[in-house]
Order: sequence, then structure tokens, then C-alpha cells
Amino acid sequence: MSALLTVDDLRITFPTRQGPSEVVRGVTFTLGRERLGIVGESGSGKSQTGRAILGLTPAPGKATAKVLDFDGTDLRAATPAMWRKLRGTRMSMVMQDPKFSLNPVMTIGKQLLEALKFGAGETRAEATARALAMLEAVQIRDPERVFRAYPHELSGGMGQRAMIAMMLVTEPDLLIADEPTSALDVTVQVEVLRILDRLVRERGMGLIFISHDLRLVSSFCDRVLVMYAGRVVEELKASELKQARHPYTRGLMNCLPQIEGGVRPLPTLERDAAWAR
Amino acid sequence: MGALMLSVEALDVTFRRGDDTVRAVRGVSFDVAEGESFGIVGESGSGKSTVLRAICGLAPTSGGLIRLRDETLRTPRSAAFYREVQMVFQDPYASLHPRHTIDKVLSEPLAIHGFDRREERIEQALSDVGLGPDFRFRYPHQLSGGQRQRVAVARALILEPEMLLLDEPTSALDASIQAEVLNLLDRLRTERGLTYVMVSHDLAVVAHMCDRLVVMQHGLAVEELTREALAAHRATTDYTKKLLSASEGYTQAEAP
Repeated sequence: MSALLTVDDLRITFPTRQGPSEVVRGVTFTLGRERLGIVGESGSGKSQTGRAILGLTPAPGKATAKVLDFDGTDLRAATPAMWRKLRGTRMSMVMQDPKFSLNPVMTIGKQLLEALKFGAGETRAEATARALAMLEAVQIRDPERVFRAYPHELSGGMGQRAMIAMMLVTEPDLLIADEPTSALDVTVQVEVLRILDRLVRERGMGLIFISHDLRLVSSFCDRVLVMYAGRVVEELKASELKQARHPYTRGLMNCLPQIEGGVRPLPTLERDAAWAR
Repeated sequence: MGALMLSVEALDVTFRRGDDTVRAVRGVSFDVAEGESFGIVGESGSGKSTVLRAICGLAPTSGGLIRLRDETLRTPRSAAFYREVQMVFQDPYASLHPRHTIDKVLSEPLAIHGFDRREERIEQALSDVGLGPDFRFRYPHQLSGGQRQRVAVARALILEPEMLLLDEPTSALDASIQAEVLNLLDRLRTERGLTYVMVSHDLAVVAHMCDRLVVMQHGLAVEELTREALAAHRATTDYTKKLLSASEGYTQAEAP
């Protein structure tokens, strides 16, 4: 399996009054054309890792790495022009909340066409047809209405699907999905995952799936990275999650309530300062 | 099962705006016994939170009866009602006043209801939810999400109510923090013999917390289940089955 993305020793620091604070500390992984899950609590640095790959670390934060290679391109030295070529067309990101990530004063259709504007010189009619086909592919029943609609006219699930359509219409090689389903109901969540799953299998896309829901990630992804305090504490195959060795991973697994009934009180997560070292 | 605590009969809630009418709740009925923990499950827009708000008098009821201990509730609710029934809201980031200290948040209900020994009660309420006395003069922004939700629980419990209405008390929290808050709620219920009505979209949370539950869809109650029936996956309606399988996580086999 050839590596699509190689990350070696990624570090992200933010300056604070108490000196620089390192939120991601030496994350290393490679991604092929597969589904990789990154799991952790809020503040574990999982979202910052995803953003750094797209060069979207918010200022004044700084991301450094020994290797940050995407399909032969060294991202560390990428110029703004190179980034414009990569983002959207080769790699893209689905954000957590459609309410905040879509432009509220542009119709969905216009935003979709904007994503296509920099693509291979096709006519407006061709682009529109492709955009409509994409909306249909993400299981939107009435694509023409959604195409004309503004984001506030759509429900959360519809908005999230429209955003996924927007990110996928350019057929990227790498998709980073940052909690793409946390704002959705369980039944809609399964539908959205199914769309992502099909794209990975049919198009050979690489997917990084960031979530705090360990159960969901383990049932959906091929491999899982577990992050704690800016570090990867464990990397394992999703199918082998039951045999996780790190106490943090086990703690995350055990603290979820179960429908079949479990222990009460629920085991809570004991944090050990040694894990952060 | 103890005596009847709360009974909701054919509850209807309709919102009207211009020519638009939304029937958010359509003929929902259920009974909650004293000391019981009752759950309401459904997707967003199913009307589950509206049921809670209607019980509290925060949503207009257009039909049906709500009775608390054989007494039909009137609108507006009396002060005595709020001494018995308190609500905990979903988002601890939005439900606490950002410019009031925890002390102020907790002392306000005491002042409204004319309680004595306020100092002691505030300290007691904080220690009951596992927060030390040094949290008392902090502002909400100085607390984490889990700590804020503990404050929200403390505020509800400081009036010594008999029933708590919990509207998705943990859905804004991380899984590890969720476990802590659920344990806290569980412990308080056993210690004080409280009655809970809990709304959630997460079947696993409701299965863990509640003895019985009702599943809602499009404003209708589609099915009532006991915890045992849910654990054994004995759901009779298609919708509940769909919810159950979706909560198990993603399965390859289902892919078309």
C-alpha cells in the first residue's frame, strides 16, 4: 500500500502568557487509501492535527514537522499558490457544524459551483449537472430545491450532507472529516457514514475521521489512533479495539453506557499524569 | 412501584405563527410513578423536549391534561410547583448566566422561594454535586463543561425538589465526562428518592438511566418499553428497531 500522506513528528504550539504551549506533541502516522480514525477527548489535539495537514493552523499557532508529505508534495514548504491548488481539489475537510461552516448568504448551488470553478475548464451547464449529481449521490431527495436553497432553509442533516457534497464534488484524494456526524441524529449519522464509506471503496479516497465517539469510530474505520494530551497513546486496528492495552483507550471504551445494561455506577476515566509524558 | 407522581394525558402542543401551524406534540400520554426514572427518546424535531417544556409550563399546551399527584396543573404554574419540579437544561454553556458567580446562581432560587440557612444550603449543594467550596465564587467561564453541568444540577437540587426534568443533560459533554455526570445523577436519585423524567436522543444513555421509556417520532409516542425489553432488543415498531440498530454503530452489512 503506497502512502498517500506521511506525517512525522508533527508539533503545534500556541504562544501564551506563560510561554509557548504545545497542543500537539510529536504525532506520527501514515495514511494509505483507507479509513483512519482519530479519537480523543476535547482538548486532545485531534482537530488541530487535522487542520495542520491542510495548513489551516489558526494564527498565532505554529505547526512544525520533520516530514509532512502529501502524495509527493512537501507541505511544509508549500506556497500560498500551491495550497490553493491542493485545497479543495486534492484534499478537503468536512467541518463539524453545517450551521457555522456554510456561507449563510449564498445558495447551496452557488457554493457548490464555486468549489468547481477552479476545476478542469468545463462549462457552467456541465458544472451544474455535476453539482446536482453530487447532491443526489449524498442521498438528498430533491437536489434541485436544495441547489436553490440557502443554508438556513435546510435541516442539520441536510446541511451536513450538502457540505459533504461540496467537499466531494471535486473528487479529492484525501478527505479530513472533523466530527462530521456529531451534530446529527443516529439514523442520519448512519446514512452519512454510508456515503463516506462508499467513496472510500469506489474512488480509493483516503479518509481521516476525527471523532470523540470511540464506539462509532471502531465500527467504521480500519485503523484508529487514540490521542491524549497532544500525543498518540495507542494505534490499533479497529477490529482489535477490544484488546486495547493502553488504560486510556480502555477507559474511553468502558465509560460508555450500553443498551444491554452494564455496570453501575459507570466506570469513570482515571487520568494518569504519566500518560502525557 | 410507588404512588403516581406525574401523569400526562393526551398532551397536545401546537405552535402557530401566521398561517403556519406546527403540531409539535400530538396526543402523548404517559405516567411516572414516585421514585421512578422515566425516559423519552427520539430524534431532533420529534417533540421530546417540548413535552418536558410543557410539563414545566414553558410551552403552550393546546390540549390534554398534566397532573402532578392528582392535581391538574394550571397555567401559569404556582411557585409551589417549582419547589417540587425543577429542570436541568441541555447546554451548560448556555444555561448559566455568564456574569453571575456560582454563588449568585445558587442563591437566587433560595431568595425567590424564601429559604432560610442560605449559606449552609449553598455549601451543601456544592458538595453534593462533588464541587469544593472554592468553586463558589467563580464565574461559569472558569469552569469546564462537566463542572458547569454539575452547577446546573446543584441549582435544580437546592430547592429540594421531588422531581427533576432532565433535558439531554449530557449530550454537550465528552464521553468520559458524561459517565461522571450520569453517575452523579444516579447517586442523587438513590440518596434522595427523586423522580426523573429524562429526555435524550441517545438510547444507551436512557437505557442506563431509566426504568421505562417512551419512543417519540413526529410528535407521536410510537412505543413504550421497559429497560429489560430494550436490553433484549424486543422492540415492536420499525422505528424503534431502526433506532436500536443505528445506536449499535456502523455496520458494513447494511450498506446497499
